[in-house]
Amino acid sequence: MKYDVQKFQLISNDEIADGIFDMRVKNEELAPLAKCGQFAHVYVPSKTLRRPISVCDSENGVLRLVYQVKGEGTRLMSEMKSGTDVDILAPLGNGFKIEKGKRYCLIGGGIGVPPMLYTAKQTENPLVITGFRNKSLVILQDDFKKAGAELVLATDDGSAGIHGFVTDILKDKINEIDEVCACGPTPMLKAVAAVCKENNKPCQISLEERMACGIGACLVCAVKVRKNGEEIMQHVCKNGPVFNAEEVVF
Amino acid sequence: MADLSVKIAGVEFSNPLIAASGTFGFGREYGELYPLEKLGGISCKGITLKRRDGNPVPRVAETPSGMLNAVGLQNPGVDVFIKEDLPWLKQQNTVVIANIAGNTPEEYCEMAEKLSDTDIDMIEMNISCPNVKSGGVQFGTSCESVGAITDAVRRHCTKPLIVKLSPNVTDIVSIAKSAEANGADAISMINTLTGMRIDINTRRPIIRNNTGGMSGPAVFPIAVRMVWQVAGAVKIPIIGMGGISTWQDAVEMLIAGASALQIGTVFFSDPYAPIKINEGINRFLDENGLKSVTELTGTIKPW
Repeated sequence: MKYDVQKFQLISNDEIADGIFDMRVKNEELAPLAKCGQFAHVYVPSKTLRRPISVCDSENGVLRLVYQVKGEGTRLMSEMKSGTDVDILAPLGNGFKIEKGKRYCLIGGGIGVPPMLYTAKQTENPLVITGFRNKSLVILQDDFKKAGAELVLATDDGSAGIHGFVTDILKDKINEIDEVCACGPTPMLKAVAAVCKENNKPCQISLEERMACGIGACLVCAVKVRKNGEEIMQHVCKNGPVFNAEEVVF
Repeated sequence: MADLSVKIAGVEFSNPLIAASGTFGFGREYGELYPLEKLGGISCKGITLKRRDGNPVPRVAETPSGMLNAVGLQNPGVDVFIKEDLPWLKQQNTVVIANIAGNTPEEYCEMAEKLSDTDIDMIEMNISCPNVKSGGVQFGTSCESVGAITDAVRRHCTKPLIVKLSPNVTDIVSIAKSAEANGADAISMINTLTGMRIDINTRRPIIRNNTGGMSGPAVFPIAVRMVWQVAGAVKIPIIGMGGISTWQDAVEMLIAGASALQIGTVFFSDPYAPIKINEGINRFLDENGLKSVTELTGTIKPW
């Protein structure tokens, strides 16, 4: 079984920063299948479309989903109560490819930070760079430290950590790492990909797109990629969400 | 246990539920969840003569009790479909329907010919895709053009021919009659209704194509009404679709006049929907002392 729709028991669903929630859901069969960079497609009662949420962590049959309330669907998710069942289609997509013996730099921007936690746990001594707009949105710092990562915090306005962008830090540390994995807003991903290209470092990026089926059947979440010199359409849900940055046609 | 099988244009379906074109790809992804023989049939993603990359993103927007899509007929082209997807689909023990869309009558005819040389079970002629300028909708909105293209494709098609109708027309009944008079073996209806959503902050349409096709529970009453109207005017069977999401909806659409059903948008909220809907139809038939699902078709008692 690659993925399935099953009930997950909601263990907790707490606000950990301004409008950002930390949901833990248990399913002994599906949670252990999740790999870093994959996502879960959460059914929200009364909504036509599921909400795709990246896997922040998977441990002891518990999937951790950290999400931001952005609209009606995620608002309804934030009101789900512990003890109830959540209907989830998971795990979906292709995650980050992690090789032994490499030192990774894991970069998360805003709500792109959560998937980097599970990724950090699969890598040896990673350098983790987390960037946020301001102090009120900072999340998961203790978790990354517990995972043994070398952690750098940056905010756009300097209200916490270093005042600056994740790419400024990446440029300083580029010689200390072998490969970059990143998730965050598209302008950040473009900038990270450009730094990696200049410095000849491989770069994997996790993309986001409006989605429906989540498994590659409906073709709405298209992304243009270059393969063997030809531009073709692939899909964030099935071929991604993680892509080789060099192949993505932004 | 009632008999759920239905027959459309001589083709046997194990149950009345067919996956609607565009929501189910070529079946492989949902095949990871359950055997595709649970479905009566699969209407494949719309195919064109040559590969199409589709529209720019975003291609989808959620709406109250529904959604808009504007994929723009992204597909690998008819030849790749025949070579790479059809052989696998034919092993799944379900009816396989090719959905075709074209720029010109000649393209429809060429695809119908190519597919007639394969072991595909049926061909569904899509003259109702609202999301590309040349996706066939120009053939689907007048009686004359529907009649002409149905007649032309009929001459090149040795497989049972389904004509899929657009609801974005003034009089769907006369269009259905024109399809019937020119050789359609069945009608499938309704395709999506053209809709639009605008982001009030950016004043940009949410969908990059500006407009999209609306589907989901919100359109169900319109689909029921149109199926009822057309059922009263044609003799060929109708495959009813448009927002079916529960077994009660399925029963209602059959009563309105449909002989089989397509379901689509419901896959996105519940991939297992066809299994649950079939169970519900079966229970309803048993409870009402009916031996076959065909006993429901067109049994509406209008006021």
